[in-house]
Amino acid sequence: MIRLPVLNTPVPHMLALLLMALLMALGLATAAPLMAQEEQSTAPYAYRQLDDPAKEEKAQALMETLRCLQCQGQSIADSDAPIAGSMRSLVRERIEAGEDPEAIRRWLIERYGDYVSYAPRITGLTWPLFAVPAALLLLAFLLLRRRFGGKPEQGEGT
Amino acid sequence: MIAELGLAALWMAAALAAFQLVAGAFGLTQRGSSLGSAVRPVAVVQGLLALTAFLCLIYVFAVTDLSVKLVALNSHSMKPLIFKIAGAWGNHEGSMLLWVTVMGMAGGFVALVEKRLPEPTMLATLAGQAFVSLGFYAFLLIASNPFERIFPVPAEGNGLNPLLQDLGLAFHPPTLYLGYVGLSIAFSFAIGALVTREVGPAFARAMRPWVLGAWIFLTIGITAGSYWAYYELGWGGWWFWDPVENASLMPWLAATALLHSASVLASRNALRAWTVMLGVVAFSMSMIGTFLVRSGILTSVHAFAVDPERGTFILALLAINIGGALTLFALRASTVTEGERFALVSREGALVFNNVMLSAILGIVLFGTLYPLLAETMGAKVSVGPPYFNPMSALFAVPMLVVLAVGPLLRWRRDRFERIGKALVIPAMLTVAAGIGLLAIGGVALLPFLGMALAAGLAWASVLPLRERNLRRTPLPVWGMVVAHFGIAVSLFGMSCESAFNVEKLVAVKVGDVTTVGPWDVKLDSIEPVAGPNWTALEAGLLVRYGADGAVSRMTPQSRNFWAPPQQTSESALHTRWNGQLYTVLGGEGEDGRWQLRLWWKPFVPLIWIGGLLIALGGVLALLGRVKSDVRRLVAKDKIAYRHERKAQLRERP
Repeated sequence: MIRLPVLNTPVPHMLALLLMALLMALGLATAAPLMAQEEQSTAPYAYRQLDDPAKEEKAQALMETLRCLQCQGQSIADSDAPIAGSMRSLVRERIEAGEDPEAIRRWLIERYGDYVSYAPRITGLTWPLFAVPAALLLLAFLLLRRRFGGKPEQGEGT
Repeated sequence: MIAELGLAALWMAAALAAFQLVAGAFGLTQRGSSLGSAVRPVAVVQGLLALTAFLCLIYVFAVTDLSVKLVALNSHSMKPLIFKIAGAWGNHEGSMLLWVTVMGMAGGFVALVEKRLPEPTMLATLAGQAFVSLGFYAFLLIASNPFERIFPVPAEGNGLNPLLQDLGLAFHPPTLYLGYVGLSIAFSFAIGALVTREVGPAFARAMRPWVLGAWIFLTIGITAGSYWAYYELGWGGWWFWDPVENASLMPWLAATALLHSASVLASRNALRAWTVMLGVVAFSMSMIGTFLVRSGILTSVHAFAVDPERGTFILALLAINIGGALTLFALRASTVTEGERFALVSREGALVFNNVMLSAILGIVLFGTLYPLLAETMGAKVSVGPPYFNPMSALFAVPMLVVLAVGPLLRWRRDRFERIGKALVIPAMLTVAAGIGLLAIGGVALLPFLGMALAAGLAWASVLPLRERNLRRTPLPVWGMVVAHFGIAVSLFGMSCESAFNVEKLVAVKVGDVTTVGPWDVKLDSIEPVAGPNWTALEAGLLVRYGADGAVSRMTPQSRNFWAPPQQTSESALHTRWNGQLYTVLGGEGEDGRWQLRLWWKPFVPLIWIGGLLIALGGVLALLGRVKSDVRRLVAKDKIAYRHERKAQLRERP
């Protein structure tokens, strides 16, 4: 088992890598979203699970809700793109270091924006996403009440 | 030559659609009633012409006529014939041609067989169908001509995306399209009924087989698409709430609601306005789905058509059709009364509840799918995925599933819980038992927990409508309902099991190494190169064994390189047992000569799709039952008419 380097050092490299991949993705992704599978990420935990099953499960759950910035329609857990591999490695390393999954999510959102997370937060921009189900709930309740409540059993006569 | 023939057929079909619209509209007036008699034959010929155009396109693809631009862009002479043919609709233009073909054929079929509705309603219906078709003909002829020639003729075609060179996917889009477009008939019936103010049981009965048919195709299409994504994309997932998946789910949700409300209208003459509204909404969802997928507004795995100009065209069509229909609805809604009344505890009550819940889920899926696009126009990018859709839809799905267990046991109009309470004791106990069992296992998240517990009770409750019935005399539609509801329980169980008990293993192994995943031992036996018609691959030979003393089977996942177009894909290998599936993927080779393997043990995962097929089978049974009784009624009517005629003849003969 390789000793992990101090966690903060690989991050700037990774950042540069991520940014580069992001720039490439913006240019290429529309033309060929599927093409970029040729090379694989060489980050240490891109294709390796954590030894502790509990931690791996945590990491897996988080990775399934993070978006691959290159292929756009997949989570980083599902994507074969190099950038997804690097992000997987980053998530696993930070989970291994004992960081909270939601803190990692916040860290990623801070850097790549809300786009990177499939679990929308409640913000000035996304509140309608949560208001609409609440409104639907209310509407459903009102509809059903109007249909059935209120009037005493008068359904006899047609 | 064949391409020009196809194009000519397409223009003529469009012209006939225009004529059908005019004739249908004038046929409704006093002066133009003679035109009305032309509408039905024109509808039939229009459908046949569209079919001719489509067959021409298939022909140019089958012989790889590279002078046709579409063929040059999307096909290749080295492809197997079946994928050459499937390539005809594996692209934007071809799939839109398939769309108008299905639409024309469906309209023609309605014109031929539907004789129950008053003639003016039929004229309005067929005119409505022609109006919608006309928009899509215009789209094809103006913005996406499939028969365009190219000069100079290229020596070789570009090939088809390798991911699409798969039998499952070859037939997935046509299946979905049959469903999408089948709903256009429901839409046209709704328009016809609104125009002539004939919203009643006859309208629901005429519409119902079409909704059922479309719904069956949608169910099969979604099930097959999910399985395709599962084994072809190589990441072991079966539903990701991707916008393209949602695009097929939304019409299904609307059609499911419509199916249930139409049955209330047909048998009880209630929920009139609501059913008409759903008829409009269901096809609107089909069009929105097509817009999302075809306009390239989403950039995702599925969206292989990217062209903003076309998007605007479809958007305009969408606005005209949906806006027009809703305006008509608003104008006429006041004249459509709600119909018969009923109590809360009744079959109708349960179905209304089901409808409200389905509509709410539809609202959430629609909003969650469109919101990222909306946010993008406001200058911000957000993602909405499973962590949002799962809990939000469960909010409405869970109560709906509970009512689903009870509803089919209730009587029409008014019932009491006390009457059916006893029958529900066992399902309730099953649910509680399953819940306790899962708590004992521990570590199961809330949604899979609810899913499995509900599935246990629902499976039992779904067959309860058969109790106290003579099984040989039970009408087919009842069988259909039971099978479909049972299918929901089966599918729900599979989904929940997969998300609760899925085991994943990523390893790097040398040839000869043994690893384990869940109850399986997996040995990497060999790595060999293999070649196919248009690809080469590395193939892993895996020897797998379930438990310590199970039989050994061989699995062969591949890492494939296609050369036209050049692209790498991984072909997963699956091994199915009664209690689940082992899923294996071969990754790359490491520097130390070890091979990446990605292994999953997925308990009971096939139940997801078996359940989906059961749901579709339920639809087929119901459809057969409806068609059978319709045919019987027609025959009886003919016999009576014949008898009257004979009597009259006998009387005349002195």
